[in-house]
Amino acid sequence: MLHVAFLMPLLPLVGFVLLVPLGKRLGDPLAGWIGTAAVLGSFVAACVTFAGLQGRPEATRAFTQTFFSWITVGGLQVKAALFVDPLSMTMCLFVTGVSALIHLYSIGYMKGDKEYTKFFIYLNLFVFSMLVLVLANNLLVTFVGWEGVGVCSYWLVSFWHEREAAASAGKKAFIYNRIGDAGFLVAMFLIFSKTGTLNYAGVFAHRAALGAGGATAAALLLLLAAAGKSAQIPLFNWLPDAMEGPTPVSALIHAATMVTAGVYLLCRVHAILALSPDARWVIAVIGLATAFVAATIASAQQDIKKVLAFSTVSQIGYMVLAVGTGAYVAAIFLMVAHAFYKGLLFLGAGSVIHGLHDEQDLKRMGGLARFLPWTYATFLVGWLAIAGVPPLSGFWSKGDVLANVYAKSPALWAFALLTALFTGYYMSRLFFLAFTGDPRWQQAVGDHPAHAEPHESPWTMRLPLVILAVLALFGGLLGLPWVHSFGLTGWLGPVFGTDLFANHLSRGALIGLDVADGIVAVVGLSIAWRLWRKSADHPALEPVFLQRVWYWDDFYDTVIGKPGQALARFSATVIDTRVIDGAVNGVATAVKSVGTQVRRVQTGYVRNYALGIALGLAVIIAFIISRTWWS
Amino acid sequence: MSLPGPWYLGLAAILFGIGAIGLLMRRNVLIMFMCIELMLNAANLTFVTFARMLHDIGGQAVVFFVLVVAAAEVVVGLGIVVAIFRRRASATADDFHILKG
Repeated sequence: MLHVAFLMPLLPLVGFVLLVPLGKRLGDPLAGWIGTAAVLGSFVAACVTFAGLQGRPEATRAFTQTFFSWITVGGLQVKAALFVDPLSMTMCLFVTGVSALIHLYSIGYMKGDKEYTKFFIYLNLFVFSMLVLVLANNLLVTFVGWEGVGVCSYWLVSFWHEREAAASAGKKAFIYNRIGDAGFLVAMFLIFSKTGTLNYAGVFAHRAALGAGGATAAALLLLLAAAGKSAQIPLFNWLPDAMEGPTPVSALIHAATMVTAGVYLLCRVHAILALSPDARWVIAVIGLATAFVAATIASAQQDIKKVLAFSTVSQIGYMVLAVGTGAYVAAIFLMVAHAFYKGLLFLGAGSVIHGLHDEQDLKRMGGLARFLPWTYATFLVGWLAIAGVPPLSGFWSKGDVLANVYAKSPALWAFALLTALFTGYYMSRLFFLAFTGDPRWQQAVGDHPAHAEPHESPWTMRLPLVILAVLALFGGLLGLPWVHSFGLTGWLGPVFGTDLFANHLSRGALIGLDVADGIVAVVGLSIAWRLWRKSADHPALEPVFLQRVWYWDDFYDTVIGKPGQALARFSATVIDTRVIDGAVNGVATAVKSVGTQVRRVQTGYVRNYALGIALGLAVIIAFIISRTWWS
Repeated sequence: MSLPGPWYLGLAAILFGIGAIGLLMRRNVLIMFMCIELMLNAANLTFVTFARMLHDIGGQAVVFFVLVVAAAEVVVGLGIVVAIFRRRASATADDFHILKG
């Protein structure tokens, strides 16, 4: 059963290859169905492989499938090979599963778009790249998938590239990712120069060769890579802008692919992180800072998708915090749960936007519960899950992270708990603004007189919502805190071995921490209930400081953008026109003026030339004669 | 009853000088051609003279080459002159100055 593993990345690639030449002919909606079928097939292959892997004893639950030798240069041996172990298997399952649902949803959402087939081409390539990233058995092949994900996100974020904002958001995403990629590359060079291999297993076997300093440097460079891909401080700004893409793309980027890649990479190289406690502290602090900053920003945004975007940044911050703590299993648990509820929330938001004819402003929603019953019910589940209300998946997964953080450092835990309060608050604010209170959407719908009120989405969009809602509801079963033999801890534990942080919390402490989480979530929720259920207008709670993202973009603009532009302008006006053009034109002018002078010698009169010849002859003769006389 | 070699050389120098000055002074293309011939033959005369003085047949042999080249040159040159004459109805060397750079 295990040899079908290669089908996981292959099927989306087949879908991509099929759709490129045939997509236009198949058109809407057949192209969408083919794309969906490809990813669904990939999910089935993942399930089969998973079943096969589960049938094996714990110690042998990892295998490599080699296809061909990609690069063989001197000591560098890079094979195109898949590495399947419980960690990559878990990723594959939820990546393919959630992606398949998002594909299905896109069939309805993108209906009527003039670039319908192109959308599915990109989507399939995106999933393929993500699976290459996840399944690679060495850093270089991971990097191939890493870049593939980056370029697909660029295409998809700027999918409606006729819009200025979408085009520049795509560029922004790409450039921020490139900064992270530089970290990845340098980390790869460093690791190869020290250990002589890029293979994960080989690197881990020779990890002692890195030394303490080398391990810290490699870990921090990989953190930079992860910060770019997973939108952590200081590279998180691209993710909210990426909301310019179609909503299914946002769901795909945020829930299943792309942003989880950074956290996955850090989990994959756990053996290197284990060598450097300092780097892990940095990772934990970066994660926590991101979680907190993004949570505060999310509580003041007006665009429904921006709130969700910052909440993703915040949730990924939790995952990075967990990685920094050494609680890799908790990070993956939160990642899986997050894929369920964030996918659900984004698709729900897409359904709202769809129903309101592309209205995204929360201040122009309200009272939608009556008109979009399916969306309302499923969004309710997603909201309670992310807010951390027991017993939904978000409560257990976030609780797992928080318990480990508490065991590591109560100070970090206190901050993380404060962030959880914000999470409960901003998600509830979003929910109340969108679905309860008085309708404020008349203007948005008024532009479309054919539809007097918001309309519910087609079944292709509702089905993914329902499935994801069920998963978000019961996803917590994957990692209940008291049951270690069952669920993710027992499944993933052997992958990390002794690198895994072991919290020795008593059962009483765990229950106490969980109760605290639940109380915080409910408190955040009830604050929002008091404030936002009836009124949509609290300017004091939406300070400009938070709306403008802590002036983060302005800061980059001032420190990097403005000087960069000034340098470019200086180069264009002074260096280019004066120095470079001056040199080129100067040479031309000099040659021309010399030529103008010299051409006068050529009179065209034969006698002048003859005189010249005669004089030359005379000079030569005089020279010869003088030589003869004086010698 | 033969003059010594230097006389011939002197004659050759005078002929060459006449040819050179004529080439510089006159504008008629045909006259200029004749001057060139004069200069070439002055050179030929020196070749022959030295051949006699030094008892070396090489100098006389070169003269034949010079004569052949001169004949060929006249053919090409006169061809050009005739072509110009057809267009301009004159044969002044200065008419060629339109060919200047």
